[in-house]
Amino acid sequence: MPLTASDLQAIWLTLQVATLTTVILALIGTPLAWWLARTRSWLKTPLGTLVALPIVLPPSVLGFYLLVAMGPNGPVGHWTASWGLGYLPFTFPGLVVASVFYSLPFMVQPVHNAMEAMGARPLEVAASLRASRLDTFFSVVLPLCRPGLVTGAIMSFAHTVGEFGVVLMVGGNIPGVTRVVSVQIYDHVEAMEYGDAHRLAAVMLGFSFVCLLALQLYNHRHKRRAA
Amino acid sequence: MPKPVRPLTALLFSALVHSATQAAEAQVAVAANFAEPIKAIAAVLEKTTGHTLKITLGSTGKLYAQIRNGAPFDVLLAADTKTPEALEKDGLAQPGSRFTYATGKLVLWSADASKVDAQGEVLKSAGLRKLAYAAPKVAPYGAAAVQAMDKLGLAAALAPKLVQGESIGQTFSFVYTGNADVGFVALSQVLEGGKLKSGSMWVVPQTLYSPIRQDAVVLKKAAGNEAAQALVKLLQSPNIQDLIRSYGYGI
Repeated sequence: MPLTASDLQAIWLTLQVATLTTVILALIGTPLAWWLARTRSWLKTPLGTLVALPIVLPPSVLGFYLLVAMGPNGPVGHWTASWGLGYLPFTFPGLVVASVFYSLPFMVQPVHNAMEAMGARPLEVAASLRASRLDTFFSVVLPLCRPGLVTGAIMSFAHTVGEFGVVLMVGGNIPGVTRVVSVQIYDHVEAMEYGDAHRLAAVMLGFSFVCLLALQLYNHRHKRRAA
Repeated sequence: MPKPVRPLTALLFSALVHSATQAAEAQVAVAANFAEPIKAIAAVLEKTTGHTLKITLGSTGKLYAQIRNGAPFDVLLAADTKTPEALEKDGLAQPGSRFTYATGKLVLWSADASKVDAQGEVLKSAGLRKLAYAAPKVAPYGAAAVQAMDKLGLAAALAPKLVQGESIGQTFSFVYTGNADVGFVALSQVLEGGKLKSGSMWVVPQTLYSPIRQDAVVLKKAAGNEAAQALVKLLQSPNIQDLIRSYGYGI
């Protein structure tokens, strides 16, 4: 069951986008989740809502606004151009930026839930032992919230791999740069290359199944250990 | 019977009678380059006959795949001659219903009024950032763009600048938003009333690509659909042909 060279290229590209997106989301999403879990600011509810938006927004809405915002007439476009970075649509970094928006809730929400579930008690204990805030965060909060972090990372990765609409709208379908697996499958179907479409789609199906299975097994084991 | 219900029932009843006796509806699959004209034509059709059209836009290849997989269209307005022919061969179209409703022209267009010169020299300029064209496998205008770039001997030089839209409609959106500085689109997309709406363009000489003859075909599902019949008749009427020409098509 051989995949074509362009299929392999699309798979490699997809893995790169998803990995980079997941790393960026872990770096942005974890502090954001922490802030959401601890703050008493009135901004908590509107910001939490904003983070959740990509779950309900059609990718076409996200894709359209990103295309407009990142283009030469949009604010992001002005900003990237003034820094000599050019414009983001049709580029690999553009794809990563779009994916970060697209997958943000899939990272923030599990981490946020884990942090809320942890409660204030461990923090009070750490404080009574005179641990600094930063130390508490790294030695207490992160280890206690590991299941949430693992879930968030796997969900962000899998969700980015499965991204379609946003990439289609801002990607420009350039082989090796923006043509990810989902678009490649779409291309095969459009061109009625059903055999190629089948093979690549089967790979995608297998991958998604394994991802979710791994997540389930991890959660089961963790619950058993916690019980 | 409470009072407010009566007018409502009357309204519903009259709507039922109306739809049963006169106005029919046809589902039409339309190649994206013909988006503007078909809207105008649908308005004329509704005004003169009461029939309405439900329009689905897309690349010709995509629409073909949808029809092959059972999409419930009555009429296809393709961007080529090959697809309607294939549908006839597949037994999905009414035999002998094919006709040419327009001949498309390819244009190099930019949303920037000073970008495209009258000779298309911009294609050779180093300042060109991104060039959009439609996926040649499914969009005839994309295939024509490839031919033109080949004939100009620019295919290799332009390759790193290319971005591909899924249809001529998406290609247009890339250029319209300025994300691609120029793009090969359909003349019909940039003209209104025979004049350039905005930006700058070069009408690609027809010696650089084979003519984009666009055929329509009536599909099997349309048997007995009055709206579909009326649309076909309308498309061949002199008035509508003038309207189609005003969007930059030949016929």
